[in-house]
Amino acid sequence: MTATELDTIAPQATGSPGGRPRSAAAAAKEGLSGRLASVIALVIAVLWTVPTFGLLVSSFRPEEDVKSNGWWNIFTDPAFTLKNYSDALNGGASGEGLSTNLINSIVITIPAVLIPISLATLAAYAFAWMDFRGRDVLFVAIFALQIVPIQVTLVPLLSLYVDPPFNLMPLAGRDAPAGGLYELWLSHTIFALPLAIYLLHNFMRQIPGELIESARVDGAAHVQIFSRIMLPLMMPAIAAFAIFQFLWVWNDLLVALVFSSPEVTPLTVQLVSLVGEKGQDWQLLASGAFISLAIPLVVFLTLQRYFVRGLLAGSVKG
Amino acid sequence: MRSRNMRRGLAAAAALASAGLVLASCASDDDGGSSEASGTWPGDGKSECSGLEQLADFGDLSGKSVSVYTSILPPEQEAQENSYKLFTTCTGASVKYEGSDQFETQLVVRVKANNAPDIAYIPQPGLLKTVVDSGQVVEAPSQVADNVDEFFGEDWKGYGTVDDTFYAAPLGASVKSFVWYSPSMFQKNGWEVPETWDDLMSLTGDIAATGIKPWCAGIESGDATGWPATDWLEDVLLRDAGPDVYDQWVNHDIAFNDDAVAEALDKVGAILKDPKYVNGGFGDVDSIATTAFQDAGQPILKDQCALHRMASFYAAQWPEGTKVTEDGDVFAFYLPVTNEDFGKPVLGAGEFVAAFDDRPEVAAFQTYLSTDVWANEKAKSTPGGGWVSANTGLDEANLSSPIDKLSAEIFQDPDATFRFDGSDQMPSAVGAGSFWKEMTAWVTGESTKDALTNIENSWPSS
Repeated sequence: MTATELDTIAPQATGSPGGRPRSAAAAAKEGLSGRLASVIALVIAVLWTVPTFGLLVSSFRPEEDVKSNGWWNIFTDPAFTLKNYSDALNGGASGEGLSTNLINSIVITIPAVLIPISLATLAAYAFAWMDFRGRDVLFVAIFALQIVPIQVTLVPLLSLYVDPPFNLMPLAGRDAPAGGLYELWLSHTIFALPLAIYLLHNFMRQIPGELIESARVDGAAHVQIFSRIMLPLMMPAIAAFAIFQFLWVWNDLLVALVFSSPEVTPLTVQLVSLVGEKGQDWQLLASGAFISLAIPLVVFLTLQRYFVRGLLAGSVKG
Repeated sequence: MRSRNMRRGLAAAAALASAGLVLASCASDDDGGSSEASGTWPGDGKSECSGLEQLADFGDLSGKSVSVYTSILPPEQEAQENSYKLFTTCTGASVKYEGSDQFETQLVVRVKANNAPDIAYIPQPGLLKTVVDSGQVVEAPSQVADNVDEFFGEDWKGYGTVDDTFYAAPLGASVKSFVWYSPSMFQKNGWEVPETWDDLMSLTGDIAATGIKPWCAGIESGDATGWPATDWLEDVLLRDAGPDVYDQWVNHDIAFNDDAVAEALDKVGAILKDPKYVNGGFGDVDSIATTAFQDAGQPILKDQCALHRMASFYAAQWPEGTKVTEDGDVFAFYLPVTNEDFGKPVLGAGEFVAAFDDRPEVAAFQTYLSTDVWANEKAKSTPGGGWVSANTGLDEANLSSPIDKLSAEIFQDPDATFRFDGSDQMPSAVGAGSFWKEMTAWVTGESTKDALTNIENSWPSS
């Protein structure tokens, strides 16, 4: 046993002989940290990782090996190559590679994460801490928008981009500005906002009212309360939503298929055509999948600590 | 509160957050949609542009571009793009190519949203009708109609026509009426390529007598499982009852379970459901339903089966190094006719060029694609083979693979009557639904009568 484990278990060890009933949380903790539970957890973890591991191994195997036998043959007959990765990135015997699409994906995803978060934090603040007529009705309406499946909005939205009302600039079509980037950003923003506003509003509601009242007493207006109190406290929630939105936009195929033009196709779209018309290049799929997986993995690992950090860690102590 | 230590940076973040998106701006109204030609065409006097004089009608198109949306993906995409270089040389306009494996769905979405490409290559007459009904497809220019009259048969023009208006010229084509076999195996055993259906059946009997299962087949194809069997039925019906009955059947002017269809399906069953004749290299009759169509012909290379009915594009499935020639490892022959009444019916598929805009560069590109010059240019741009057109101006010498030459020969045969794959023209509830499913059930034991009746009952009432 390590020192930290001893630390946490010690209070229980002294408490139980005294006949005091153990709490459910303590019982659960004991059950989950037992040897048997650890073994089961380990087995599940290995089982879950095996397919991904197989994919990783496949992505390094030569084409003829991939196509003739399974990845486990590397243990008896090891052969590795980086050709799949260079073909997937730069284009193999047939077709183009993923490198430009990788850039496209980044250019699409970052604004498509920042824009809805900016708008949603402002809206969530207004819904949570500002009094105005029709606030509840409006909030319920936005909440209800989550029910609308995005599939039914695709065609009307696209026709709105092509022929916008009031003589606005068309965002899609033959002369789309920036090759149709704006419509992608805007669409992802539209689809993300209802959930973002709802989530951030709920987080914001949980912040104690005394905090805001005392700020008001000190003479702070809405802008100051928002920027100096709310934003720092909201960071974990914002980061958590940013991860969701990032993964959603990065992995999105449907919105990209409908709205993107050939100049700005993201990874997901190109990944499908990487295998070729008759599926003859499917050995590139494994390496392509790992290329598209790398960046979300980095994002997740860097922002992960926000999940763990407490929402209100120490905020009302002062 | 420690208000003195508040960070300035957060104010900046708030400022960024409150900077809304203002995307509105005035639309440009100067669309300049004149369809009159201006300037001399850049191909004037260039030797490589001879034969394309029709393009002179469209004037100088330098700097213009045409967008093309298609289901043709790499490696065929590269060959397509290479064949457009001559167009750019002769007119100055460039071509923006976009391929998608979701073409059939996405085209309809784009058309509905008024975001159609300039040109789409449509692989199904049924889909052409759907997009024409949207009102956005423009009629083919007169130059295209002239070329199609000159280079293509009436049957091909008919598939590009909706309600008596000609919209779309044919592009590529493939022959489905092929039986793959091994010429070296035939030679070794003294077998001969059959000329009639009776010859085919007696050859089947002879092969079975040697202990080899004569036929191999496979209809597994993911969620489209069953389609190779529908081709079998279409091919035999076309031979047995003739093109007119076939058209009536496809258009549902006669019942799906008409006696002629039942007779044709029984003819197919005489091969596919006879345990003596199938399924070489895989097992019993039931294994047809579980064998992937890509793998189904491979036993021919191992002498485990002798005959495999599959379209010309199966050439791409043979392993690298296989000699696909008339005296090589594998080759194909035309599926024989059952009677002499209807000439040489050919079942096949192909793409059609539909335009959604009438700008001069779009019309010029349509014209270019319908010429014999393009067909030959495309043949030269496809050194690996696997492409053929029904364009009678196509010179076989430009085709590199023997199987493509054979396909072109069949298309250019004056006796040939071309019919498009029927399941691609039926309503999707049948053509991409019950027809596939019932044929799979039929292979695994359902009776001919039940299968055809079930499909007839599933035909949508409109």
